[in-house]
Amino acid sequence: MTQVVPPSRSLAGGPWWRRIRLPTQPLARHLVLALGGSVVLYLVTSALSPYNDYEVGEIALFVVALAGLSLLTGVNGQISLGHGAFMAVGAYTTALLMTHTHVNFLLELLASIAAAALLGLLIGIPAARLKGPYLAGMTLLLALALPPIADKWSSTFGGDQGLTTTVPAAPGSLNPEKWLAWIQIVGALITLVLLANLLRSRYGRSFRAVRDDEIAASLAGIHVARTKVTAFVISAACAGLAGAFLGLSTGVVNTGEFPLTLSIQLLAAMVLGGTGSLMGMWWGAILLVYLPQWSTSLSGHFSLGSGASAYLATIIFGLVLIVVMIAAPTGIQGGLRWTWRRLSSIGSGYSGGQGSG
Amino acid sequence: MSLFVNITLDGLANGMIFAALALALVLIFRATRIVNFAQGAMGMITTFIASSLLGQGVGYWWAFVAVLTIGFVLGALVERVLVRPLQGKSELNPVIVSIGLLVVLEGIAGAIYGNASRGFPAAFSQSGLTVGHTKIAFSHFDVFILVAVFALMVAMLLLFRFTTLGLRMRASAFAGEISRLLGVRVGMFLTLGWALAGVAGSLAGLLVAPTSSFGPYFMDLVLVYAFTAAVVGGLESPVGALIGGLITGLCVSYVGGYLGSGLQPLGALALLMVALMARPEGIFARPPARKV
Repeated sequence: MTQVVPPSRSLAGGPWWRRIRLPTQPLARHLVLALGGSVVLYLVTSALSPYNDYEVGEIALFVVALAGLSLLTGVNGQISLGHGAFMAVGAYTTALLMTHTHVNFLLELLASIAAAALLGLLIGIPAARLKGPYLAGMTLLLALALPPIADKWSSTFGGDQGLTTTVPAAPGSLNPEKWLAWIQIVGALITLVLLANLLRSRYGRSFRAVRDDEIAASLAGIHVARTKVTAFVISAACAGLAGAFLGLSTGVVNTGEFPLTLSIQLLAAMVLGGTGSLMGMWWGAILLVYLPQWSTSLSGHFSLGSGASAYLATIIFGLVLIVVMIAAPTGIQGGLRWTWRRLSSIGSGYSGGQGSG
Repeated sequence: MSLFVNITLDGLANGMIFAALALALVLIFRATRIVNFAQGAMGMITTFIASSLLGQGVGYWWAFVAVLTIGFVLGALVERVLVRPLQGKSELNPVIVSIGLLVVLEGIAGAIYGNASRGFPAAFSQSGLTVGHTKIAFSHFDVFILVAVFALMVAMLLLFRFTTLGLRMRASAFAGEISRLLGVRVGMFLTLGWALAGVAGSLAGLLVAPTSSFGPYFMDLVLVYAFTAAVVGGLESPVGALIGGLITGLCVSYVGGYLGSGLQPLGALALLMVALMARPEGIFARPPARKV
């Protein structure tokens, strides 16, 4: 994909946002965006209470998982209803390493990524031969099959109590919640930069080519099965990192954290954010973190019982999935891009240029 | 030895239930090329309705018939309202919508009936039959499961093989455009396929509920086992659904009996992966003539 600079951008004048020019080289461009994002998030977190820090950290960790899922489903056309299982693998790997060894924190995270990627490889190889619904069913089964393993060998995996995790000591007088939130934000930004770059590379183009037409892609010299397995492994690795982060946020890793609902909520958040987009995953992650709270206050507003309120979030997630798929398959990010293009074209009469995602 | 026999019998009874739900998946896949992941949840909802009816003092068999009818209507409704708008779009969209429906139905059931698992009556005694002098793990209710699912299978087979209605349904599923040109109301027959699947799913719910912890999520595992069964059988063939159901039932039962019940889903996953690696089209499906 060649970089076409829209003519309107090269003109001086017009509204102020049109005069901002990002570097055209993808890595530089994504790094500049990530740097800008980290400055914004730094300012945001420095104004927040510890509990808000915890929430921001959760948003960041869900962005990691959702970005991987978005790459898998939106860019490569494979579906996973079992990403919670990969998150569980990442979380348990970190927790086990923390319980039994004293290796470097970064190494523990890398081990979590590697473990989830390995499971992704194991699932991805048969998955590469499968079409949509078959893969959906297999990953659904994975999400249900994996957590009971931890219950079966409860002496290793801690049974119902689970395993505890410890956040590495914060430097200076920084409070631990803020420190963890920053670790998670940095993790999310690194993941986004790497994935955004990947999507601009020949890998990204192969992913899209395979999604659009497998036979045409293989005629063009793309190894279809290898491409699909690669996408699956990358996606699982992201989920593994997210799982490790989740384990750190909650302080405890047990099977109750990874029900089938988690996998389905990830899918719903990804679809709502905008399937195939990376930046849209922030919307999805915000929804994942705040929807349960909103639905609790909503059900308080309508004075529903506490039993019903626990299910309201679930119902809303399901409705979101259905309505978005039927009415607006590009999700929030798609809607924003459409609006942005409209606004730009009003100014200049030029309406080309897809967002970079 | 008696352990082995009992596990096998248990596997056969479970396998027949998986076969009923697998049949529902097959009916829908044949008609609309969609795997309906909400089929189990639809069966769960109708079973809760049955539970409410029984609580109101309605007789078991009246409730049984009423619930199968509700399953029929629910299946047709889902096709018309949720699936029809997705026609001609990516094959991932219906999968995602059916998952959405699954979540909504489970949420509604949880909000109304609560999360606690409750009892559900069986049509017949659930204590084991006595053969000679030994009591085996096969009850009157298990016999009823075998008979009910077998009757459902035979009824479907007769419908598809020997009636004009069945012929039209098959024609609509396999060659929609041509059938439309020949004056078949294709849309209506696709809806009918979903409605019949709704009946099969409701039956599965009524048969599973007495032997499991009946709550909003009790059909989740049954659904994935049924999916495994349907894939093993080829997703296209009702007979394949029956055989696949029995294979899956036995596999899950042996894993549960010898390795522990927690590993049952993993056993099913292994079976599914082996089946997909060895014969992605399933045992009973003809290989595709072309893939373009």
